[in-house]
Amino acid sequence: MLLIKCPWCGERDAHEFSYGGEAHITRPENPDKLSDEQWADYLFMQKNAMGPFLERWVHAHGCRRWFNVRRDTVTHEITAVYKMGDRPPERTA
Amino acid sequence: MPKSYLRQSALAHLHLEAHAVEVAGDAGVDLCERPFRGQLVLRGDCTDNAFRDAVQQALGVTLPVEPNSVTNVDQVSVIWLGPDEWLVVVPDGHEQAIEQELREALAGIHFAVTDVGDSRAVIGISGPHARDVLKKGCSVDLHPRVFGPGQCAQTALARCHMLLHQVNQAPTYDIYVHRSFADYIWCWLEDAAQEFGLAIIAQAPGASAGARAPESEPVVPA
Ligand SMILES: [Zn+2]
Repeated sequence: MLLIKCPWCGERDAHEFSYGGEAHITRPENPDKLSDEQWADYLFMQKNAMGPFLERWVHAHGCRRWFNVRRDTVTHEITAVYKMGDRPPERTA
Repeated sequence: MPKSYLRQSALAHLHLEAHAVEVAGDAGVDLCERPFRGQLVLRGDCTDNAFRDAVQQALGVTLPVEPNSVTNVDQVSVIWLGPDEWLVVVPDGHEQAIEQELREALAGIHFAVTDVGDSRAVIGISGPHARDVLKKGCSVDLHPRVFGPGQCAQTALARCHMLLHQVNQAPTYDIYVHRSFADYIWCWLEDAAQEFGLAIIAQAPGASAGARAPESEPVVPA
């Protein structure tokens, strides 16, 4: 069972959460000025890193809040949880 | 609000009153429907003192700002749903008056209050094995050292979204599920409780979250 620590509710089973993809992707200021290629890049292209990855989750069956997680995509180890709008905490070791 | 003669609780079709007993006796688990509670969803910024004070003034209950906690006075309970969202449970028929009091007290403050009616059905589960039943379908740690009276959790029970509120030490819990899931969850609970001995308890309509007395004596069979 994978436990994810909601910043509000604490540790809960992963089934309570939904995944929201890569975190910290900035929405372009002027979408209508972009080429189709640039827009598609914003919408669909994610880093899909192997190892530590910053991603968004929502506590769908709980408080329904979005937040950020740093999860190792190989081991599932979660090394940071932080609120929307915050920067990822410094990595320790 | 529908006229009362057209109004049926979520589990009315099960005719629970036909199976109900007055007291649980030595059953390990007792179940009841708690029909017809007034329910309002309140939203606002709890870091704003003016918002908290106005809610306190309107409801006579301190707003629970601690995640997963419930406050109640008399017949009114306020259940934490999120950092800016609460479920206000009031006696049936009082929801419009209380909504109006909230609107007046909160005038000029950014807030929202919505009467959600009977969108959630409420099932009460109590008895020495109530926790064992919930443990079969709920991944939240309900051990008394981490989860006790006055606490709540939105989670899943048997894969169904649930708002769980522990009411007293017995333990007694109120299970809020969306109305269309009530039949499924009731059947699941009956099945899960079978091995502990199950009693179905008659419940007077309108009994509300704060209406039961027993904050005091745990119900333990001799
Ligand atoms: Zn949460």
